[in-house]
Amino acid sequence: MKFSHAIIEKNVLLLAVLSLLTVSIGGLVQIVPLFTIESTIERVDGVRPYSPLELAGRNIYIREGCYLCHSQQIRTFKDEVERYGHYSLAAESMYDHPFQWGSKRTGPDLARVGGKYSNAWHVAHLNDPRALVPESIMPTYQFLNRPLKYEDYADHLKALRIAGVPYTDEMVAEAVKDVRLQAGALPDADTAGLLARYPKAHLGDFDGKPEEVTEMDALVAYLQMLGTLVDFTRINPEDLKQ
Amino acid sequence: MGVASAIGAQGMVGVRPVVTESYHEDVVRAFMVAAMFWGIAAFAAGVYIAFQLAFPSLNLGLEWTTFGRLRPLHTSAAIFAFGGSALVGSSLYVVQRTCRAPLFGGAYLGWFVFLGYQLFIVMAATGYLLGITQGKEYAEPEWYVDLWLTIVWVAYLIAFAGTLFKRREPHIYVANWFYLAFIITIAMLHIVNNVTIPVSFTGTKSYIAWAGVQDAMIQWWYGHNAVGFFLTAGFLGMMYYFIPKAAQRPVYSYRLSIVHFWALIFLYIWAGPHHLHYTALPDWTQTLGMVMSVVLWMPSWGGMINGIMTLSGAWDKLRTDPGLRFSVTAVGFYGMSTFEGPVMSVKAVNGLSHYTDWTIGHVHSGALGWVAFICFGMMYYIVPVLWNKKGLYSKALVEWHFWTATVGIVFYITAMWVSGIMQGLMWRAYDEYGFLQYSFVETVAAMHPYYVIRGTGGLLFLTGALFMAYNLFRTIRSAESNEPQSAVAAVAAE
Repeated sequence: MKFSHAIIEKNVLLLAVLSLLTVSIGGLVQIVPLFTIESTIERVDGVRPYSPLELAGRNIYIREGCYLCHSQQIRTFKDEVERYGHYSLAAESMYDHPFQWGSKRTGPDLARVGGKYSNAWHVAHLNDPRALVPESIMPTYQFLNRPLKYEDYADHLKALRIAGVPYTDEMVAEAVKDVRLQAGALPDADTAGLLARYPKAHLGDFDGKPEEVTEMDALVAYLQMLGTLVDFTRINPEDLKQ
Repeated sequence: MGVASAIGAQGMVGVRPVVTESYHEDVVRAFMVAAMFWGIAAFAAGVYIAFQLAFPSLNLGLEWTTFGRLRPLHTSAAIFAFGGSALVGSSLYVVQRTCRAPLFGGAYLGWFVFLGYQLFIVMAATGYLLGITQGKEYAEPEWYVDLWLTIVWVAYLIAFAGTLFKRREPHIYVANWFYLAFIITIAMLHIVNNVTIPVSFTGTKSYIAWAGVQDAMIQWWYGHNAVGFFLTAGFLGMMYYFIPKAAQRPVYSYRLSIVHFWALIFLYIWAGPHHLHYTALPDWTQTLGMVMSVVLWMPSWGGMINGIMTLSGAWDKLRTDPGLRFSVTAVGFYGMSTFEGPVMSVKAVNGLSHYTDWTIGHVHSGALGWVAFICFGMMYYIVPVLWNKKGLYSKALVEWHFWTATVGIVFYITAMWVSGIMQGLMWRAYDEYGFLQYSFVETVAAMHPYYVIRGTGGLLFLTGALFMAYNLFRTIRSAESNEPQSAVAAVAAE
């Protein structure tokens, strides 16, 4: 029997169903294996869920559209590794909902910016980038010196837990207190519990205003932990094979 | 004409039945006005943020006017508000005429789609200014806006496919294949890429269900096919109707349009991973995406040939019909972008171009040269028809529009080629001692002149669009109606 395209052209349902099948194939082939092939995400130690304050900072990073000018993905090139540090691993963004790899570097990559500058540098830079880097074209972010809204962060952790991030009941219960604890608003409290829940979390009052947890505190806490969780001095290159 | 003669006509061999119901064109008119309005808004926002990159004090120090909040406003206004209004509006026009059937669901469903879609745009745009965003490019609207768009999109599918069902033509015209594939695929991409868990049902914030590398793949599967199906397949539908109409020639090759359609929709979906070369996405996915992106060049150029060669025997119309010139130039830009795209998807090239302005230039040769120009050509054709006028108010103004816009695009894309390649090379430059030659901020400072040129190009493009808006406004308001009785009235008034 000779095939005639007229059969499809004369039947709306057939045209629609065949179109849907045709456009489904590529996505199925490329996406589904990323969930099933175990080696997609490297087995490395150290990656943990964000602390509530870091998560709040990350949400400010997203809100302000930082990803439109800053990538968080170091490619496997010599110059990038020398400029920014070890190339990014899939494991390092395994708890990122959504991912923030970015697509444009109007400003530098931030995947490993954590620990490269002091808290004071970040605060001064966000307040007025050109005061520190005259050629910078980044907007000023003085408006971040306002109180952070964090009363509902237990709900944020619960939502992320549904999405698959392993937040424990203890983490959810302590979420609001952990925000204040990490930002230095509870100066005499014991931080051992916080550090056990979120190892390597940067503690302290980031913006020099200890009495208040500001958006600036949250954003700087987030920036200071970026790329610091995996200890690359203790990694066997074989483990990184995808 | 009475009922009897209509039936009589039906009975005659080779004569098609007379359609007595009228098409629903009010809603198409509304979409065209919206497209013009959003187009100018999108271009103006683009010019503003382009100059912010050249002169950062233009960020004004206000949270609502920073580059980071305005860029999604610009991209969404251009793609979804301007492009979307032109697409949905023109599809409702084309489907009624090529099926010779009034819109399924009637004026009510048509107006629901129009008002619902405009509400989606306003909800998304105001959200961006307030910082409500999912943080995924071209999928920034939060969960409640996504849900609303899903409802509107289903209504749109019902109106469009329902009209196809009711058609009085045996065949579904090729333009409708593309429009239908656009509607179906966008629905699939939109739903999968926006699976979110709201923090609370009274708040705006939600978390995407996908994480990290999987989210990256799903995002660019969506993102590249927002280009492939929103900005390409839909507009190819526009091409397949309006170029033959304006040129008064049949489509160049029926066989080529079949191959073009199936090959294009099959291949486009695979191209997403070329946005993630040399990242933590597994190598096999990257290479697969690269290969399919290069293969995609072929159907793209098949479509270009089919569009341009439709003018065979009517090339003189390029001189006499400036609206058609927009459409044909658009197809030329489409050919250029769909060659540049596969080149940039090759890993060795992408290593240089990724993260730089070259990508921005590439996107704009597509968005300004292809998408906006094919819309302009369509609107210059459709507005006199929809408002029943003899012709456009001024052909000279169309000429002015064409040349200011074309020169604007040339400024834009050449500036971005130079700045992109230059920055890419500066990032990887080593000095004689084996150190990185440039600090990052030196590569930022080097961009300044090109950012000024780019902004100027955008300003020219915006100016052209203002010529167009004035021209169309005067056309709509003109007294020169196409109706015979009005012509008599006009003579009597003299």
